[in-house]
Amino acid sequence: MAPRPAAHRLAALRGVAVVPAYNEEASIAGVIRELRAAELDLDVIVVDDGSTDRTADVARAHGARVLRLPFNLGIGGAVQTGFRFAFEQGYDVAVRVDGDGQHDPAQLRAVLEPVLRDEADVAIGSRFAPRQGDPDGYRSSRSRRIGIRILAAVVSRLVGQRLTDTTSGFQALNRRGIALFARDYPHDYPEVEATVMAFRSRLRLVEVPVSMRERGGGRSSITALRSIYYMVKVLLALFVGLFRRTVLPEEEPR
Amino acid sequence: MTPLIVSILGSIASFALVLVVLELIRSRRLRERYALLWLATGLVLTALSAWRGGLNTIAGWVGVRSYPPAVLFAVGVFFILAVLLHYSTVISRLSDQNVLLAQRLALLEEELRDGVEG
Repeated sequence: MAPRPAAHRLAALRGVAVVPAYNEEASIAGVIRELRAAELDLDVIVVDDGSTDRTADVARAHGARVLRLPFNLGIGGAVQTGFRFAFEQGYDVAVRVDGDGQHDPAQLRAVLEPVLRDEADVAIGSRFAPRQGDPDGYRSSRSRRIGIRILAAVVSRLVGQRLTDTTSGFQALNRRGIALFARDYPHDYPEVEATVMAFRSRLRLVEVPVSMRERGGGRSSITALRSIYYMVKVLLALFVGLFRRTVLPEEEPR
Repeated sequence: MTPLIVSILGSIASFALVLVVLELIRSRRLRERYALLWLATGLVLTALSAWRGGLNTIAGWVGVRSYPPAVLFAVGVFFILAVLLHYSTVISRLSDQNVLLAQRLALLEEELRDGVEG
């Protein structure tokens, strides 16, 4: 078959955009609008992680389906809720786009591409992946950047493949990825562990260079003291994870 | 000075605690979040048991002259209190969430029944 833009193949597949949101009434409408504008024909499912503002109302008013969690589960629990939904509703492809607007839906096509071409089971949008003629546009505090680099180095070693941005939540998954994460997804700060989990379950990982925006509203949930807890917790989880036997996700009967 | 046998038994017991906690995490019976305090307990007690000179010095600082291992007990008790207090906050949060879940379930059930009968 002649090669053609992979995005066309999405027409034959069922895709869903999982949008975790915690008190994002200011930015959620913009995210949903941009997802529509990206014309990828994705259903939009907002996971309202126990927001105390009008996030769910705003999302519904803009035509998204909303899963409302009765209380705050944290990003890991919220994202997994979306993947469970995607799995049970039989979606072939899922993307995660955060409700705070830091992930630009216009770049979703690039992140989806390797998954649609069936070159990867999990594609991760990386702020630091090399690309031509574009300097690193991502601004972040020095300590956070160092933390991200350390984790990237550790994870790259573990998975035997150079990864540059293991804390990125801007991801696309195929059915195998959805099945794995629907069943098992880390809590607290999930991205780093999820990456290693995917590798150990023999899923194919690929990084796609993207740029991310400053957060739309609200602040990052990672503050100075928390970042220490974050590093310790994630490194502990990675270390212990090495001694865990992995179970390959089964091909579920369809 | 701490009797040698106390140092040896203390080190073994504390290190066993570390190993048990790690195994519990590995087999997914304990989440990392709740394991960190236990790990800190085990590591600090292991260090204090094995490092005899250090235990003596610390005992001197806090005015324990006759029996340095008393510091081990004190540190152990401190960590146990910390873990208990931490768990009390966890239980409080869980019971709040449990109430919320029960209420949501009751509301949903009523909504469903409404849909079926109406």
